[in-house]
Formats: sequence, C-alpha cells, structure tokens
Amino acid sequence: MASLNVRAALLSVSFLILALGLWEMATQPPEAQTGLTEYEMLMGGVEQESRVPPPSAVIKLAWAELSDPFYDAGANDKGIGIQLAYSVYRVLTGYLAAMAIALPVGFLIGMSPLMYKALNPYIQVLRPISPLAWMPLALFIIQDSDASAIFVIFICSIWPMLLNTAFGVANVRQDWVNVARTHELGPLRTAITVILPAAAPTILTGMRISIGIAWLVIVAAEMLVGGTGIGYYVWNEWNNLDLASVIFSILMIGVVGMLLDLALGKAQKLVEYKE
Amino acid sequence: MSKSFLEVDGLSKVYPDGQGGELTVFEDIRFALEKGEFVCIIGHSGCGKSTILNVLAGLDEASAGNVVMNGKEVKGPGLERGVVFQNYSLLPWKTALNNIVFAVQARWPKWSKEKVKEHSERYLKMVGLDHALNRKPSQLSGGMRQRVSIARAFATQPELLLLDEPFGALDALTRGVIQDELVKIWEETRQTVFMITHDVDEAILLSDRIFLMSNGPNARIAESVKVDIPHPRARATIFQNPAYHKTRDYLVDFLVNRSGSALPEKDGSPKFVEPARDVSQSKPVSAGSETESETAARAVNA
Ligand SMILES: Nc1ncnc2c1ncn2[C@@H]1O[C@H](COP(=O)(O)OP(=O)(O)OP(=O)(O)O)[C@@H](O)[C@H]1O
Ligand SMILES: [Mg+2]
Repeated sequence: MASLNVRAALLSVSFLILALGLWEMATQPPEAQTGLTEYEMLMGGVEQESRVPPPSAVIKLAWAELSDPFYDAGANDKGIGIQLAYSVYRVLTGYLAAMAIALPVGFLIGMSPLMYKALNPYIQVLRPISPLAWMPLALFIIQDSDASAIFVIFICSIWPMLLNTAFGVANVRQDWVNVARTHELGPLRTAITVILPAAAPTILTGMRISIGIAWLVIVAAEMLVGGTGIGYYVWNEWNNLDLASVIFSILMIGVVGMLLDLALGKAQKLVEYKE
Repeated sequence: MSKSFLEVDGLSKVYPDGQGGELTVFEDIRFALEKGEFVCIIGHSGCGKSTILNVLAGLDEASAGNVVMNGKEVKGPGLERGVVFQNYSLLPWKTALNNIVFAVQARWPKWSKEKVKEHSERYLKMVGLDHALNRKPSQLSGGMRQRVSIARAFATQPELLLLDEPFGALDALTRGVIQDELVKIWEETRQTVFMITHDVDEAILLSDRIFLMSNGPNARIAESVKVDIPHPRARATIFQNPAYHKTRDYLVDFLVNRSGSALPEKDGSPKFVEPARDVSQSKPVSAGSETESETAARAVNA
C-alpha cells in the first residue's frame, strides 16, 4: 500500500483536476445566441471578455507571464515578477522596520512590569485599528505613496511581534533566569544567552503571524496608492476587464504568501526546543 | 572568636498568611559550616528548607538575619556558590556539553574555547556521561539530566555547593547510582556542600553532619547530628558500620516523635549530638555481626 504522502498527493491532484474540469465546463462560451440563461438575458447578453475565463485561458496566460516575468514596457505594463518584487520589497522593508522596534520594546515590556503597565493602554488602543485607516494620515504626513504603503505594513506587522515578544520574555521560566543569576550573568548577557533563546519560539510565532498580516495588507494598500505592486496590478487588470490576469495574479498572491510563511516556518523550526 | 567558613545568623522568613496576618515559616536559624564539610538538612515538608537554601544561594531574601561567607555578607547570587536545583534547570536548547560550557565560560571568562571545552568534558566524564555530550536535555533521562546538573555545579568549582533534593525525582535504583557518583566526586574535590534531602539513608551516606529541623510554622534547626563514619564511604558497605544504625535510629526517632517539639540550645544554635559516640570509639565490628534484615537491605540497595 502506498504511503500516506503518496495517497494524499494523488488525492490532491484529482481534486485539482475535478475543480479545473468543473470550472472549464461552467465557463464554456454560449453557443451562438440560442442558449441564453435567464441571467444573461437580464444582462442583455454577454461579451466574451466579461465572462469568467476558463482555466485553460488562465493557464495559457500564466505560461506567457511566467516565461517572461520581468519585462518592463512602461508604467502600466510590467511583468508579474516586477510587480511581485515591488510588493515583497515593501512588505520586507516595513516588516524589518517593525521588527527593529517590536523586538527591543517587546523585551523591555516583557522584562519590566512597570513598562508593561505604562505602555499597555496605548498598545490596546492602537492595535485594533485597521492598518488601512492610517493611510490618509500617512499620505498627508509622509507625502509619498510608496513610503506610506511601507508605513502601513510597518504599523500592521508591529503588534503581533511586539505582544508575542513581551509575552515570551515575561514567561521565561524563573528556573532558567535563576541559572543566569547564579552564574552572575549581567542583564545584557542574560537577555542574549538565556531569555532570547528561551522566548525565541514565541517571538517567531509572532513574526510568522506578522508576515501573514503584512502580505494580506499590502494588496489592499497598493490598490489604494496605485503605481506599482501586485495589489495595483490586480486592480488595474480589473479595470481593463482582463479577468484571466486577475485570476492569475490572485493565484500568485497566494503562492508568494505561502513562500513567506514557509520561510518563517523554517526559521521557527530552527529555534524550537523541547523541554 | 574564630570565624567559620559560612555563618548563618538569626535567619527568619515571614509571609503574609492571606488573612491580613503574618506567617513565620522559620525563625532564628543559626548555624555554621566549616570548609570542606558535607552537611545535609532534613525536616518535614514545608518547614522551609528550600527557602533557607535559596537565601544561602542569594536567590531569595530572608525577612531577618544574615549570611556571611568568608567574612563577606551574602547579598544576591554569586559564582562562589553553586546550586543544583531539584528540577535540574538545564537550558533545554543547549546540549549537555554546552550547558556546562555555559557555566564554565561564566566562571572563567578569560579561558580559551579549547580549555573551556576540555574542562567541561572532564566533568561530564566524571558523572559517566561522556557518551551523551551532544544530546539535548529532552533526549536524556531524568537521572542523566540530574548528572549533567551536578557536573555543571561541580565544574564551576564553587566554594559552597547547594543541593536542593537533587535526587528527589529519581527512582531508587538511579538514585543509588548517582549517590555513589556524588560520593566519588566529593571524595575527589572535598567541596563544602549544603544539601536538602528527605532520605535518611542518603543523608547518612553523604554527610559529616545532619541538621534536623523542627516542624513549621516557626521552624528551627533544632539539632546538629554528627555522622561518625569514616570516609571514604560506600553505599554497599556502610550498613556494616554499627555507627550507621545508631545514627539512623536517632534520626528516625527525631522525625517521627520529636520534630514537633524539639528546640535548639538557649542561644539559638543547634544542639550538637553524637548518637554513635560509644560505638565509633570501640573498634569496627566484623561483618559477622550483621543481622538478617541488614543483609536483605543491602541486597536491595546493591
Ligand atoms: N510566596 C509564598 N507565600 C506564602 N507562603 C509561602 C510562599 N512561598 C513559600 N511559602 C511557605 O513557606 C514554607 C516553606 O517552603 P519551602 O519550599 O522552603 O519548604 P520545604 O521545607 O523546602 O518543603 P519541601 O520539603 O516540601 O520542599 C511553606 O510552608 C510554604 O507554604
Ligand atoms: Mg523544598
């Protein structure tokens, strides 16, 4: 009997074929003007363009796009690779900036009950704000759409990292801290050699949540600020009524999001420990 | 007055009792340790043994009294006092070897990497773990973890070693094996050791003196019992010594009948007793005088 993995893969592929088959059948062009559905009659008939494209069309487009992902033919015609690269660049910049603040501040809050109590009210108020709500303010203050998008990423990815770092640091087992104390480690050495590795799994969990949120938010942010990026691309293709491109880019958003999550998952494995 | 290596003076610990009042766990604890002594402390659960040990370690603060080691007051933890915790407290993300390297580096920051490693390996070997250097604590059994923890404490060569029920969580067989190892290391290093145990036999095997604590609240260290059995001792043969039985009977009697009411001397220092005084002065008894139950006990413990 085949292993679980092989059977799962077979099943996955059959699901895919089934779904694509149903999709293909559902999107066959109507035969002449005879077989109009009630909906189509209401819509006054349909044109080829405004129908959901069949998977074959999407695959054909994907093939064309992916064989030359980095072409650049002017502001409104860039390869999918370039658009994704813009988005990834914004996400990583905002994310790293958030990390640079969230980790030290999280450490501080986690180690000092005073700081925790002092800062907690602000965190609780700021955290539930939709990151996109910051956009107008960011655009007004920063006066630059690209930097504003990065700022939105920064603000949305900071909270999970901050809170998880604080939580992880605050909950390091007292025994391990005592080991550091009995070996006369200073505060900095204790933080680096004991607290950081002890809290790392919790911190990485926060970082993984953050990257997921950042990738969700960048699409929306780019739809708002326009110019470049995968979010803008989706919106632009929608305005062009090029639904095959829309579907294709939706899939690409999923793939890149999965890769980002996979990378963080790997990092998480590296710092995990069993008690 | 000649000063002892470690002097504990008038230690007490008071907690709020949760109803607005106060609860004195122990009070006016006074004792002294000499350099190279191995002292165990026995008392019923909750009388405050761990608290006293943590105060000596500098991890906890007493409500009153002070601890002076080598003429210096103990205020906070320090490398000259090593601690073996009941739950091992190894860092789980480090291998057995690196747990020790961590401690050795802290102790001698100027040592080269090779020297640190070599020193650490030597101590792991001493507890019979040279085959498990690169395993993480989660991949070790409870007994092996405790060995690593003991090796870590000895490796930093502290002037005073504090052991809080180091074998409490181990099964009897493993416990016996590690006791033997502890005896062996101690014979080699002759470190000053202060150890908590619940096991009367273990205390007799290891200590020069045994402190007996009365029950809490307001617990005291009532007596200091001399264990008059020459070193080196071995678990398998210590039963043959008549002093062993005298001492054991005395300790058990205290724990069963007298721990509720026992008091120290008027000046607060523990009463010094030598239960085996008569036998230890007569010549050691031959194995022939052993009773049947002792033979049985040895068979179990061997
Ligand atoms: N934070 C605290 N608040 C109130 N009482 C406490 C607190 N910590 C410890 N105690 C009390 O102090 C007493 C001594 O505790 P300790 O752990 O030193 O006992 P012990 O002699 O080591 O006991 P065991 O043999 O079970 O380990 C206990 O009775 C406990 O109830
Ligand atoms: Mg205890």
